[in-house]
Amino acid sequence: MRPLVQRWAAGALLCAALGLGALDGCVPLEAGGGRVAAQPAAQPAVPAPPAPTPSISGDRQIFHALSRLTYGPRPGDVERVRAMGVSTWIDRQLRPRTIDDSATERALGELTTLRKPISELLREFPRPDPKLRAQVASGEMSRQEMLERYPVEKRPARITVELQAAKVVRAVTSERQLEEVMVDFWFNHFNVFAGKGDVRWYVSAYEREAIRPYALGRFPDLVRATAHHPAMLFYLDNWLSARPDFRVPAGPNRGRKAGLNENYARELMELHTLGVDGGYTQTDVTEVARAFTGWTIDRPQTDGHFIFRPAMHDPGEKVVLGQRIPAGGGRDDGERVIEILTRHPATARFVATKLVRRFVSDTPPPALVARVAGAYMSTGGDIPAMLRTIFESPEFFSEDAYRAKIKKPFEFVASAVRALGGSIDAQGGITLARASAEIGEPLYQAQPPTGYADRGEAWVNAGALLARMNFALGLASGRYPSVSVELPALVAGADPSAPAAMLDRLLASIVTGQAGPQTRAVLTAQLSEPQITRLSPDDRGPANTDVAKLAALVIGSPEFQRR
Amino acid sequence: MITRRTFVKAGGCALVAYAGAPRFLLRTAHAAEASGKVLVAIFQRGAVDGLSMVMPHGDSGYAGIRPSIGLQPPKRGESERAADLDGFFAFHPSLASLVPLWSNRTLAVVHACGSPDTTRSHFDAQDYMESGTPGVKATTDGWLARAVGARPAKSTPFRAVAIGQALPRTLQGDVGAISMQSLDRFDVRAGSDGTARAGFESLYEQGVRDLLHGTGRETFDAVKMLRSAGASRLSPANGAVYPRVPLGEALRQIAQLIKANVGLEVAFADMLGWDTHVGQGAERGQLALRFRDFGAALAAFAQDLGDKMSDVVVLTMSEFGRTVAENGNRGTDHGHATAMLVLGGGVRGGRVYGQWPGLGRHQLFEGRDLAVTTDFRALFSEVATRHLGVPAAPIFPGFRPHAPLGILA
Repeated sequence: MRPLVQRWAAGALLCAALGLGALDGCVPLEAGGGRVAAQPAAQPAVPAPPAPTPSISGDRQIFHALSRLTYGPRPGDVERVRAMGVSTWIDRQLRPRTIDDSATERALGELTTLRKPISELLREFPRPDPKLRAQVASGEMSRQEMLERYPVEKRPARITVELQAAKVVRAVTSERQLEEVMVDFWFNHFNVFAGKGDVRWYVSAYEREAIRPYALGRFPDLVRATAHHPAMLFYLDNWLSARPDFRVPAGPNRGRKAGLNENYARELMELHTLGVDGGYTQTDVTEVARAFTGWTIDRPQTDGHFIFRPAMHDPGEKVVLGQRIPAGGGRDDGERVIEILTRHPATARFVATKLVRRFVSDTPPPALVARVAGAYMSTGGDIPAMLRTIFESPEFFSEDAYRAKIKKPFEFVASAVRALGGSIDAQGGITLARASAEIGEPLYQAQPPTGYADRGEAWVNAGALLARMNFALGLASGRYPSVSVELPALVAGADPSAPAAMLDRLLASIVTGQAGPQTRAVLTAQLSEPQITRLSPDDRGPANTDVAKLAALVIGSPEFQRR
Repeated sequence: MITRRTFVKAGGCALVAYAGAPRFLLRTAHAAEASGKVLVAIFQRGAVDGLSMVMPHGDSGYAGIRPSIGLQPPKRGESERAADLDGFFAFHPSLASLVPLWSNRTLAVVHACGSPDTTRSHFDAQDYMESGTPGVKATTDGWLARAVGARPAKSTPFRAVAIGQALPRTLQGDVGAISMQSLDRFDVRAGSDGTARAGFESLYEQGVRDLLHGTGRETFDAVKMLRSAGASRLSPANGAVYPRVPLGEALRQIAQLIKANVGLEVAFADMLGWDTHVGQGAERGQLALRFRDFGAALAAFAQDLGDKMSDVVVLTMSEFGRTVAENGNRGTDHGHATAMLVLGGGVRGGRVYGQWPGLGRHQLFEGRDLAVTTDFRALFSEVATRHLGVPAAPIFPGFRPHAPLGILA
């Protein structure tokens, strides 16, 4: 676990960078310190980039852009981007609607739950009988025994399984790669855990309605959409939060006292907007929780959509980060809080830091973070503007950034299939989602609101590394059902009796020839292994190279774990 | 403190002679065989409600403050109720499996224990508890890793092991800690011939010093040792039955590593699901089920190890406690102090340690939470010094304990 934002020092740097003195309110704060007033979007002075590290060029530049903006290059991608020009290609990726992706849509066709509204899913996948659930809760029946009473196709787990499969299919086949990368990024930023209660029925709609439409849109829209979505309302408990003296007016809990729940309020500031060092206090947490009282879910078990219930709302005045929200605002209190938070320079800095960490390096260069935060403030949180600032920066195309990121397990799995020219259907998506889980990243299953970590240390460990090697072996030898890889195409034209030529072709296809000398030497030595290069029975005919095993070694190599 | 990173960067000069050698071997030059002591750390992630885990029924402030989730005070002969420990505290009824360990004085409780830092962020509080440096985010390694690093070297890759999907923050650092999800799947599934395993091994053993190569080298050493030790074939002893939950599986495998004598010194496992904002329940319910599994896993571990427990200490921890009053949803929000357990050899058990701050409104931290009277570092450093025999100062920099708790003989 590592802090998401640099403390004080980076804050001060950013203040200087944005030209915001202490008088303007950009006072770097220790947690528990004073308050910060929200800033109107000001045109910031953009600082000069630092003395650039050597930059990369040519095909390495193309390979780098492909590694960062997509789930990894497929055979032929480098040539395609070269023909188009890197900046044209990036530009198109930033405008996904201009890219035809009908093939992916067709591949998703059989995953019917993806397109269904929550109300329909609630009807189609009934929740287990409360009597059985009580027996499970008291330990009289195991969860497994309860599940066995429901046919597999009627279990709500189906919804998550199809969503996982869709995520894999899109990552492997979509032409709108950057959009898929950003959907993953924002889902993780606004994480909900698909295994928590009613989120099972809401999670698919959450990605479709609250994340995907804004993945390359404006950040404040993401905050608004997630704040209103039943999945988030349920996951962080806001749907239950009410003014302290509220009593449930009807239903099985009639007359029961309910009250404030600060779970969403705290994570909204800590993880979605300001960041943990963004200068808010416990009082701010309570005030924000009061503002969001009444934001709840209408008929959560039969319909499941946002509703504002005035009776649950605390109508009094609130003060959030020093800003007064007058009494009687009703539903608008929450909207006002979102406005205050999304206009705050700490939010710009926090979002910029996370984006730079995703696209550039585990240790985000402060000057680039400052420029990206500046882009946030001057555009009102326009995501393509922030991404462009990153993609056009010398820090992005630098030797320091080249292959500096360790792939997350899901990125590794998707990139391996793409590198081997693989294709999958929905069933293959399910298979590969399981593989991602085995390597440490079960999809839509991050339980804490922090989501999954975006730093190499979090993913590199003994058990996970072995799992990656085992996945490489299974994939290259075609052991994953409904996942086909095109090894012959990868080495087409190379002489099967010349193992060294085969290896060169493989390295060119999978890592665009960018293998380190050590890796090349080891793989070359492997060519003399009789299991890798089989001679014909009479020892006189041409040798026959075990391409699958070689490909597995390349996919499991240190180089391929990086992007 | 040498961290993994600085070590990697330092690879140029003094260490060049060892290039390619796994890090656990680097210290064998001054190695003396360490004692066979093992520390098992268990993290209850999500902030466990210490007031339900170890209920202060003797505090008059407890009655009535939690109308729907409060526990009934213990009553002799009523096993549905909390189990009295000392006339003031009681275990949650779902922790009944721990009562025999309390009675035979191998299990102790430290109550009102927590961090001097007041954050109520799970993320930050876990970070501080795992680094052992509350309030300091720049610390790159974890306190458990530093504790192992302070002990004499042993030539085994299994000095520090986490059972789980990722290497926890507290084991990051320069000890080459291993993390694995399961002992039996900890190998390259090489099929009929060993070329793939050998191939991967040589790909990772080359000279580059980075996170991937370093981890790769340690991995293959561990794979070989585990295969020859046959740890995954050892079944639970003494009739121990582990609950079929991740913590049960983790402790069962930690016991296998201990019994296989692979040189384990520190092990780590965690358990999720303690963040009970809604409907946490009282004697029964959501939290009770977590306690049942938690207690059963600890009890099975102690039973499985039998006499070997004399060399083992289990320490449980959680990033903070929960609000004293229940919230609007029959749950609790993020609080401050909680309770921690210490179990095993040399533990002066059957006692609740620490000063009780009280539940009166004026006694609460910020008017809402149980106050911290024992800095978690006082407990952790005592376990590190007394059980692992390492000095406290470099493991908890900046911390000066007042007086020992006296929890370990």
